Amino acid sequence: MENFPLFLIISSAVKILIIVHMLLIGVMIMIWAERRVSGWMQDRLGPNRVGPQGLLQPVADGLKFMFKEDLIPNHVDKPLYVLAPAMLLVPALVVVAVVPFGSSIELFGETINLQIADINIGILYILAITSLGVYGVVLGAWASNNKYSLLGGLRSSAQMISYELTLGLAIIGVLMLTSSLSLRTIAIEQGAYPWQWNFLIHFPAFLAFTTAMFAETNRLPFDLAEAEQELVAGYHTEYSSMKFAMFFMAEYMNMIVGSAVVVTLFLGGWHFFGLENVGGPVWSGLISFGIFFVKTAIFLFVFIWVRWTLPRFRYDQLMNFGWKFLLPVALTSIVVTGALWITTGSRLVVGIGNVIAAFIVVSIVAGLLVMNKTPEPAIRDDDSQITPSALDAIE
Amino acid sequence: MNPEQILFILFGAVSLIGAIAVISFRHPIYSALSLIVTFFAQAGLFILLGAHFVAAVQVIVYAGAIMVLFLFVIMLLNLGTLSAKGAISGKLKGFAVILGILLAIEGVYIAVKAPNDPADASAETAIESVSTTTYNIGELLFNEYLLPFEVTSLILLAALIGVIVLVKRESQEES
Repeated sequence: MENFPLFLIISSAVKILIIVHMLLIGVMIMIWAERRVSGWMQDRLGPNRVGPQGLLQPVADGLKFMFKEDLIPNHVDKPLYVLAPAMLLVPALVVVAVVPFGSSIELFGETINLQIADINIGILYILAITSLGVYGVVLGAWASNNKYSLLGGLRSSAQMISYELTLGLAIIGVLMLTSSLSLRTIAIEQGAYPWQWNFLIHFPAFLAFTTAMFAETNRLPFDLAEAEQELVAGYHTEYSSMKFAMFFMAEYMNMIVGSAVVVTLFLGGWHFFGLENVGGPVWSGLISFGIFFVKTAIFLFVFIWVRWTLPRFRYDQLMNFGWKFLLPVALTSIVVTGALWITTGSRLVVGIGNVIAAFIVVSIVAGLLVMNKTPEPAIRDDDSQITPSALDAIE
Repeated sequence: MNPEQILFILFGAVSLIGAIAVISFRHPIYSALSLIVTFFAQAGLFILLGAHFVAAVQVIVYAGAIMVLFLFVIMLLNLGTLSAKGAISGKLKGFAVILGILLAIEGVYIAVKAPNDPADASAETAIESVSTTTYNIGELLFNEYLLPFEVTSLILLAALIGVIVLVKRESQEES
C-alpha cells in the first residue's frame, strides 16, 4: 500500500509520455497522409521523394520550419502574438488526458487502465478544454493587426460558438442512456458488437456531433477562418516558421483527439467482435489499444476524404446549417431519446425513433426555409445583403 | 502544509492577481484575458472543494462562451487603449469610493466571523456531506430546487425573446 502512489505516478508518467509522443508522431503521419491521400484522390502522386513513399517528408518539413527565420512583424501586438499559437496548442494537447484508448493491462500485479486520467466528468472536461481552443485563433488573429487575420478570427469565433452548442447537445442522448459522464464507462457500456454501439442508437446525434466536430476543428467544408481564396490564410497570415507550425500541429492534433472522442462515444471504443478479450491480461489490453488505434485511423481517413470531396460552405450557409438544421436535430434527439427510453426502455425503439424524428425535423425546417424564400423576394435580398454590409462594418 | 493547501494558495493567488490585472490593464483585450485567468483559478478552487461539475461548468460557460463573446465585441468595436484622464468621472469616483468602503467592511466582517481554526474546518465537512457529483446536483436541481430552476429558465427565455424582438424591429425599420 505504501508504494502504491509511486506506482501510480510512474505508470501515469509513462502513459503521458507514450500518448503525447503518439500524438506528435500522429500529427506528422497525418500531414503525410493528407498530402498523399489528396494526391491519390486527384490522380497525382503527392510527396514521394523523401524516404520510402515520402514518409520522411514531415521530418523534412519540420526541420525547415525550425531553421526558418522566426519573423515577428513590427505592427503586431507582441505578447499576444507570441502567446496565441501556444494557446491553441496546449488545449489540443491536454484534452487527450481523459480519452480511454484501451481496456487495461496487468503488470507487476497491478491493473493499469489504458487512460491517463479517468475523471468522473470526463466528457465535460473535453467540452471545456476544446472550447478554449478558440482563444488561440481569435487572439492570434487580433494580435496580427491585419484585416484578413481579424476577419478570419471573427469568423472562426462565431462558428465555434455556434457549433459548440450542437457538440454539447448531441452527446446528451448518449449520456442519458449511459447515466455517466466518464468516458471509460461510456466505452465499457457499449457492447462488443457493432449493433450495440451508440452510433446506431443515436444516429442523428452521431451525424450532428461529427459535423459539429468538423466545424470545431476548422476543417473543410467549414474552414472559413482560413479560406485561402478570400482571406490569404486567415488567422495565421502573419505567422511564420515554428509559430505557424504550432497552429498547424494544433489543427491536426484536434482532429486526432476529436476522432478518438467520436470513437469512444459512438463507435464502441476499443470493442470489436470480442477480439479485445483475446489473450492474457497484457495481450488483451494491447489488442484493445490496437483496435482503438485502427478505428481512430479510419475516422481520420474520413476527415481527409471529406476535405478533398466537399467544397467550402458560404458563411450564411454555415450559420443556417448550424442553427437551423444541426441544433434542432440535436435537441429532438434529446427529447426523443428521453421519452422513448422511459416509456419503452428498448434501445431498438430509441434508435428507430431517433432516425424518424430527425427526418421529420429536417423536412419541417427545409420546408419552412423553402416556403419563406420563394414568395417574398424582398426578404431574400435582405438576407444576401447581410454578409457584405456586416463585413464593411468590421473593416 | 499538505498539497491541497499549497494548491489552494496557488489558485487563490492566481485568481487575485488576475482580478487585479483586470482593472490595471489599459487595454480591454488584456483585461478580458486576465478575467479568463481568474475564472480558471476559480475552477481550480472548485476542484479542490470536490465540485468537479461546477468547475467544468465554470470553464465551459464563462471561459469558453461568455468571454469569447466579450472578446468578439471588443474586436468588433476595435476599442483602443484607455487614457488615464477622463476614464473615470468625478461622480463615479465618489461612488467607487463608497462601494470600496462597503466591500472592505464586508471583507473584515467575514474575516472576523469565519472560523480561524483550520482544524475545525466546518466548511469543508459541510461540503463533504452534500456530495457534489453530477448525479447529486441533478437530483437536487430536479427535486428540491425545481421551482427556482424553472423560474430561471423562464427568465432566460424572456431575455432571448426580448433580444429577438429588438433585433427584428430594427431590421424592419431599416427596410
